[in-house]
Amino acid sequence: MNSVKRFLGIVWMLVGPVVFIMLVISAVNNIYGDTNGQVLGDISNPVPWIIILAIFLPIAIGLSLFGWYVYKGDYENI
Amino acid sequence: MQSIKGIWKVITASSVGTLIEWYDFYIFGSLSTIIAQKFFPAENPTAALLSTLATFAAGFIVRPFGAIFFGRLGDIIGRKYTFLLTLVLMGGATFLIGCIPSYETIGAWAPILVLLLRLLQGLALGGEYGGAATYVAEHSPAHRRGFYTSWIQTTATLGLFLSLGVILSIRRIVGVEEFTNGNGWRYPFLLSIVLVIVSIIIRLKMKESPMFSKLKKEGKTSSNPLKESFGHKENFKMVLLALFGATMGQGVIWYTSQFYAQNFILTKCNIEYEQGNSIILIAILLATPFFILFGHLSDKIGRKNIMLAGMLLGVLLYRPIFNELYNIADTTKKIFVSEQNMQPNILAQNNLIAINSFEDGTTEKITTKLNTDGKATQKKEIVLSEKGKWTMILLVFVMVLFVTMVYGPIAAFLVELFPTRIRYTSMSLPYHIGNGVFGGLVPFIATLITTLPGTNWLSGLWYPIGVALLCFVIGSLYLSNKINHSTNE
Repeated sequence: MNSVKRFLGIVWMLVGPVVFIMLVISAVNNIYGDTNGQVLGDISNPVPWIIILAIFLPIAIGLSLFGWYVYKGDYENI
Repeated sequence: MQSIKGIWKVITASSVGTLIEWYDFYIFGSLSTIIAQKFFPAENPTAALLSTLATFAAGFIVRPFGAIFFGRLGDIIGRKYTFLLTLVLMGGATFLIGCIPSYETIGAWAPILVLLLRLLQGLALGGEYGGAATYVAEHSPAHRRGFYTSWIQTTATLGLFLSLGVILSIRRIVGVEEFTNGNGWRYPFLLSIVLVIVSIIIRLKMKESPMFSKLKKEGKTSSNPLKESFGHKENFKMVLLALFGATMGQGVIWYTSQFYAQNFILTKCNIEYEQGNSIILIAILLATPFFILFGHLSDKIGRKNIMLAGMLLGVLLYRPIFNELYNIADTTKKIFVSEQNMQPNILAQNNLIAINSFEDGTTEKITTKLNTDGKATQKKEIVLSEKGKWTMILLVFVMVLFVTMVYGPIAAFLVELFPTRIRYTSMSLPYHIGNGVFGGLVPFIATLITTLPGTNWLSGLWYPIGVALLCFVIGSLYLSNKINHSTNE
């Protein structure tokens, strides 16, 4: 079980940057993309995206760091 | 430890203040449409920008910042004075929002002042919860910590209840026209100052937490709580575990079951304003005792399993429950009985109102408004039958039960994860990132998902479901269900 837990650490390490990159792509697509006449409110407004990306960057780094600690076995004795 | 009488004084003083802070924070959100009309006219780009900042910055940036700022203060000077300060800040800011003249009167100053006061509200909220939870936990006997701290946990939901109750009552007393277009909307803000003064008087009579007092007496308080909380790996890894294994999932469950459900009922199901909000109010009221029950249960069987069960239930049942909410209000599936058309008055001659009745007692009011550009806009308001209304209440109640499971034991769980000298700082940040950021993002990401091809009204739920599932897996694998009774060190 401990080896599975540790292996999943690699997954958590990857989830952080993957989610962040997906958010950046979504931001670019929704700010500059064609909305086909849909009223999307804040979705196409750059200000919320800047705030969200700014707050999500440290969270994504935190998730990767968490994955690293898991991989190193730091949570095995909790 | 405290006597039984003493602990109830502590709980009352802490809970009342926290409840008022939540009330203050929610009335801004509940009245956001009116506030936007008065202070942030959409045709002015600067006001629109300030409005966006007020919406996003208060929850996402300022709340976690408040958690760090006041958490540090609480670990250095003490819990009592810090959460007194947050109460004064919150109450003052809320009262002043109710006093600001509209954009029409003072121009750009109006949105600037409202934005600043909203940011102050976010800052104060970020500091309040950690202080109240820590204060109660540090007065509680170890074997009943879940039970006693669960009273603090009821305040976030009761704050929503109080804010909706006050808004609906004032709206009824002064009338919809005065409330929306006159000064009626200001009264819930102005009322806050009375509630805050009462709460301050109660809190001033309280003593500092015994654990913190002991540390201070021994000269063992932290001189740099931020460095100890986030700069030392042994503690920082627990902050990360608290965030990704507990508060992240708790935040989305909390937000989805209450606020997303409220918005879904009003805007997707088109339930009439008073009936929609009363459905939420009744469901919340019925579910509130379960915060206490699950807090108490967590003292017996551990915190982790209850919290994770709440997350799993949300993951499995959100889509069927929201689908059922939609079906209850879907008039295309009901048997049509009669239609009545009317033009209400001469002033509203561009409005055409049709009232459709259905066999089960549901009525549907469709207001068609002809705009000056020749286009017509339609507004639908559905009033459900008693049976439909109570079925909706039951469904919302079930969702709020998930909230009580994840939220009831979490204060005790967080308190037990960190040592007294840096507890306020360490527990406040993951809590406010979980609730403010992950929970607060539910409407934004849900809307984002519905812009993707092939999505429908339920697709937005994939965000809270995904986050809760990730949190469930992390929590299941790495959290311990053992209760840590030794929180004195």
